[in-house]
Amino acid sequence: MNPGKILLVEDNPDDVALTMRALKSHNITNDVVVAQDGAQALDYLFGAKGKAPVGDLPAVVLLDLKLPKVNGLEVLQRIRAAEATRLLPVVILTSSDEERDIIDGYSLGANSYVRKPVDFVEFTEAARQLGLYWLLMNRVAPAPRKL
Amino acid sequence: MHLGLEMSLRDWPIRKKLTALLLLISSLVLLLTSAAFVTYEVAAFRQMTLKNLSTLGRVIAANSTASLAFANQADAQEILSALRAESHVVAAALYDKDGRLFSRYPATLRDDALPAAPERDGYRFEHGYVIGLEPVAETGNPRLGTLYLQSDMKAVSHTLRLSAAIAAGVMAISLLMAYFLAAVLQRRVADPILALAETAAAVSTRQDYSVRAPKLGEDELGTLTDAFNLMLGRIEDQNRELRRHATELEQRVADRTHELEDRNEALRRNAAELLAANTELDAFAYSVSHDLRAPLRSIDGFSQVLLEDYGTQLDEPGRDSLQRVRAASQRMALLIDDLLKLARFSRAEMRTEVVDLSKIAGEIAAELQRSTPERQVEIAIAQGLEARGDARLLRVVLENLLRNGWKYTAKQPRPRIEFASVAGNGERVFLVRDNGAGFDMQYADKLFGVFQRLHSAAEFEGTGVGLATVRRIITRHGGRIWAEAVVDQGATFYFTL
Repeated sequence: MNPGKILLVEDNPDDVALTMRALKSHNITNDVVVAQDGAQALDYLFGAKGKAPVGDLPAVVLLDLKLPKVNGLEVLQRIRAAEATRLLPVVILTSSDEERDIIDGYSLGANSYVRKPVDFVEFTEAARQLGLYWLLMNRVAPAPRKL
Repeated sequence: MHLGLEMSLRDWPIRKKLTALLLLISSLVLLLTSAAFVTYEVAAFRQMTLKNLSTLGRVIAANSTASLAFANQADAQEILSALRAESHVVAAALYDKDGRLFSRYPATLRDDALPAAPERDGYRFEHGYVIGLEPVAETGNPRLGTLYLQSDMKAVSHTLRLSAAIAAGVMAISLLMAYFLAAVLQRRVADPILALAETAAAVSTRQDYSVRAPKLGEDELGTLTDAFNLMLGRIEDQNRELRRHATELEQRVADRTHELEDRNEALRRNAAELLAANTELDAFAYSVSHDLRAPLRSIDGFSQVLLEDYGTQLDEPGRDSLQRVRAASQRMALLIDDLLKLARFSRAEMRTEVVDLSKIAGEIAAELQRSTPERQVEIAIAQGLEARGDARLLRVVLENLLRNGWKYTAKQPRPRIEFASVAGNGERVFLVRDNGAGFDMQYADKLFGVFQRLHSAAEFEGTGVGLATVRRIITRHGGRIWAEAVVDQGATFYFTL
């Protein structure tokens, strides 16, 4: 199994719980790191206030768009702007299917855009497929992390 | 030269013309009168000269009879020398009865100054002299000889000069008086004309129609002045009227401009408000899209969690309740999505182009067939139907109408859907017809309202937003949509673009 982690950027605890449950129910055992807002996500990826990042880069970032402090699109922009995370897979996972969100997301370099279904059965299925695809099938570019 | 003089005469001021006219007439009259006077004077004087000379002749002839009868030359000489008293007599002679010169006066007169022999008797003017030949005879006796008298015309020319001088003097005085009279009298005629001319000049240079020409008499010029003043009055009235109209017109234009400005301002305000409203609607729709679905996901999700984790601890009605909670939340999500679509299609920017409706309808039909492969539906699409409009929005229209047809023919054993066009009232009318459930025409007006449904969700599912969206799009294209239906026999939706 791929030892990569999932960075779940999500402010709604219900959504966090349901996403975790959906992932777990399909034996996607990888660690899920939760960031409750955009700032936390950036801290995790780039290190808080000059400190080094906590751990390795995740295999995939599941990114909500509407977030407190720093919103999803800004986080995406920062990820793509930094050399270390330039090629990091980012999947936008959000409630909206507003055209402009989709266009903005892809324009800023999202790898995928998935709308969270209201039907939990569908949601679980979506989570399963995402986990399988991005953790097992997808090959990640070698991380050019500078030390 | 002649013409030039005439032109300059024509250009003379009227006063000068009148004076000249009066003087000319006066001179002419005076000249003729003087000429008549002088002629008469001269004629009368000549007559008198002849008469005086003949009287003188007769007296001298009577005195000479004796000297001739007796051939006394000395006597004759003496008689003739009496003529010295008559200074105008320059020559005199006596001829005997045979016509021979007998005696002469003055005695030194040469022969050739006298006629050689007396001619016919009588008195006449000859060669600038008055001459007279008087027979000399005793009364009742035979003729003794002839007296010859020659008188100069000094008296005549003197008279002529005198009368000419008198005439000239009278003429000079008369002309002078005529000139002064003319100078005074011409004003009577010229002044009203000059006043008129001055008024006319004032009117034309100052455009002042309020001036009036002074009336100086009741003659034709007075009438002319009256007519001129009347004309000025009319022009002034008409001018005033014109100005009033112009002012009114200006006022009206100003009013209208003001009104238009107000309306423009109102329009600008409306546009700004509309823009603000649209922006707000955008923000609202965005917020709805993001925030309203999240709680529904929780409701559905945790209901499912309950069912999965605690399903065994619940009885059948308990599990059913949770299923209903899930169904309701999912339905609400559907409603939110449809409402967002309606809002989106109402706001979406239109890109007008020629759209192949037949092609789009074909693609939608294929999609429907793919989504429900088990259904056997006959779909007839007329080829080559085109319209000008926004391709994406028109696709939404056709998708809604065809999907409706697909949905409402579900219970029909031989379902059929048709997309075609007919000509009506000079415009192209497109139609989507099915032989499905139809609807009661008395509710036709509710068909296109948001959340209006003519069928229960149990019969046919749906949110009641589809046709509202369709009508919104058709309206944005400047078209109309209406429907005809018979319950259980099908419905036809007509639209124009």
